[in-house]
Amino acid sequence: MSTANPSSTPLLEVQNVSKYFGSIIALKDISMSVYAGEVMCLLGDNGAGKSTLIKILSGVHQPSEGRYLVEGKEVHFKSPRDALNAGIATVYQDLAMIPLMSIARNFFLGSEPTKGWGPFLRFDAAYADRVTRAELARIGIQLRDTTQPVGTLSGGERQSVAIARAVYFGAKVLILDEPTAALGVKEAGVVLRYIAQARARGLGVIFITHNPHHAYPVGDRFTLLNRGRSYGTFAKSEISREEITEMMAGGEDLAELSHELAEFARTDALIADAAQELAKEAEQLQQLEQHHSTDEQ
Amino acid sequence: MSIIQGSAGKAPTPASERMLRSSWIRRLLVRPEIGAVIGSIAVWLFFALIAGNSGFLSLRGTSSYLSVSAELAIQAVPVAILMIGGEFDLSIGSIVGACSMIIVILSTQFGWNLWLAFLVAMIFSVLVGVMNGYLVMRTGLPSFIVTLGTQYILLGATTGVTVLITGLTNVGGLQQVPGYQSAKVVFATTFSGREFPIEIFWALLVVVIGAWIMLGTPFGNWVFGVGGDANAARNVGVPVMRVKILLFVFTAVCSCLLAMIQAVTFTGADVLRGQGNEFLAIVAAVVGGVLLTGGYGSVIGTLFGALAFGIVEEGIVFAGIDADWYKAFIGVMLLLAVLLNSYVRKTALERRR
Repeated sequence: MSTANPSSTPLLEVQNVSKYFGSIIALKDISMSVYAGEVMCLLGDNGAGKSTLIKILSGVHQPSEGRYLVEGKEVHFKSPRDALNAGIATVYQDLAMIPLMSIARNFFLGSEPTKGWGPFLRFDAAYADRVTRAELARIGIQLRDTTQPVGTLSGGERQSVAIARAVYFGAKVLILDEPTAALGVKEAGVVLRYIAQARARGLGVIFITHNPHHAYPVGDRFTLLNRGRSYGTFAKSEISREEITEMMAGGEDLAELSHELAEFARTDALIADAAQELAKEAEQLQQLEQHHSTDEQ
Repeated sequence: MSIIQGSAGKAPTPASERMLRSSWIRRLLVRPEIGAVIGSIAVWLFFALIAGNSGFLSLRGTSSYLSVSAELAIQAVPVAILMIGGEFDLSIGSIVGACSMIIVILSTQFGWNLWLAFLVAMIFSVLVGVMNGYLVMRTGLPSFIVTLGTQYILLGATTGVTVLITGLTNVGGLQQVPGYQSAKVVFATTFSGREFPIEIFWALLVVVIGAWIMLGTPFGNWVFGVGGDANAARNVGVPVMRVKILLFVFTAVCSCLLAMIQAVTFTGADVLRGQGNEFLAIVAAVVGGVLLTGGYGSVIGTLFGALAFGIVEEGIVFAGIDADWYKAFIGVMLLLAVLLNSYVRKTALERRR
């Protein structure tokens, strides 16, 4: 079974949630939950309904049907701010940081520390600098200068800073929307390590991705979506990485795909043979020509 | 600041293995102000060399370019802050004309105390700013277009009303109205043998307030945020609409301040006064390192942008060059400054840690 204790109350839970946009069924009968101290991976190919589910969880959309519970109590979020106030922080793939602003200013944007009073109330840059430096050091980013623009950080570091910010401002549940999608292998590793750290600090993490290779090492449980429906939730012990990949692609589709790939390989081999033959002919021609030119001399 | 040595556990990202020495020169060169500071020094040296003997370096010469720069800075600083917040205001020229006409007509035609007329003009400018901001935010149209509309509406309405009341487009006689003497002390005093006009101090006040807002307050942080990426700022709880409306109000109020100074200095108003300032303010802001797409820039840089402009405009006169050339000079300076600034910004965004 999973590392989470199923008898305790989940931090966040949806029960039989559906979402319709006009006559389009974006999500149908989705149930999932996340407990404190676990990483719940939400997997699915493009168009599976991951984004719609995130938007419901983060308060952008309201579910058409079903219940949404936070720590056992039903909630009706009207805006992302409501979700944020309930301790549910969402880190979006691209809308997380402002590249030209300094790291410390980004970190505290919207929640600036101040000192002084009345007209002399001012942004406490020293405090912002200290906290940012300390929080980033905790996740292994060593900064020389917190006034450098966020644009000087790599994509993975930016995601990590956004996550660190959400944690620092008291998030209980972290929803991470494709945090590793645009990253290189090493970079993705940095983010994955930080996801594991957030779990160790007792947060519930919902990790949305379409990459089983990123999900499997850090995930405790896996919920698979396909075309707006759920294949169910599986503990790590119940499912292998290969099975996840297969289910995401849709088993039959994948079988067909491997058949197609074999066909490609066969034609590729034929083409390669033909190319080899051509090369041989060209060589012969060249030799002939050389022969010819030496004759002339 | 120095490299932090060591950390809890093993540091997964080595602090500086691929980092070249980042000297203080480099840190200075990536400031947004640097282009305007270098530009100001360069044009000053240029005119000091070619016009030093003809009075450019004298007290009178210095005060002449400082007052031109001051009048520009009073509008360019709030425009720069607005541009950092991601918006333009092309209506500031007409706001000067409208406000100075309100002041002059209320006091000379209706016999109001000048200070009461100032108050009405100030309230009017706040309303124009709120309207500009509200229209931009509500319609989602580019502020460039919305405020261009406001610019023409204000210009047309000011001319129409002025002609209706006075039959003229140029109204004088402010020196006879009640309150003029005290207003003259506040807005048109000169120091050190009638050379340095008080508007230089007003400009410095605007610069200090602007720099304080941008660097010292949470609001300044919000301005950088909404200009850099309004959605990201909204996601973390910044009241984007309120921030932008306040920025439009600030540009309008500063334009009204300029209208007061000019009305008292010239003891009258002209409906066309202020026309063209909208672009000069943008030039000063851009020369000063403000990014046209928002999210980046500096109030101090804008001050130097305005200074460079003033030096060129007056320096050409002292150098005896035909004044017709000054716009060509301004254009060249603008292009050079933008080139330098875009290089600076690229360097600032290079990966370094």
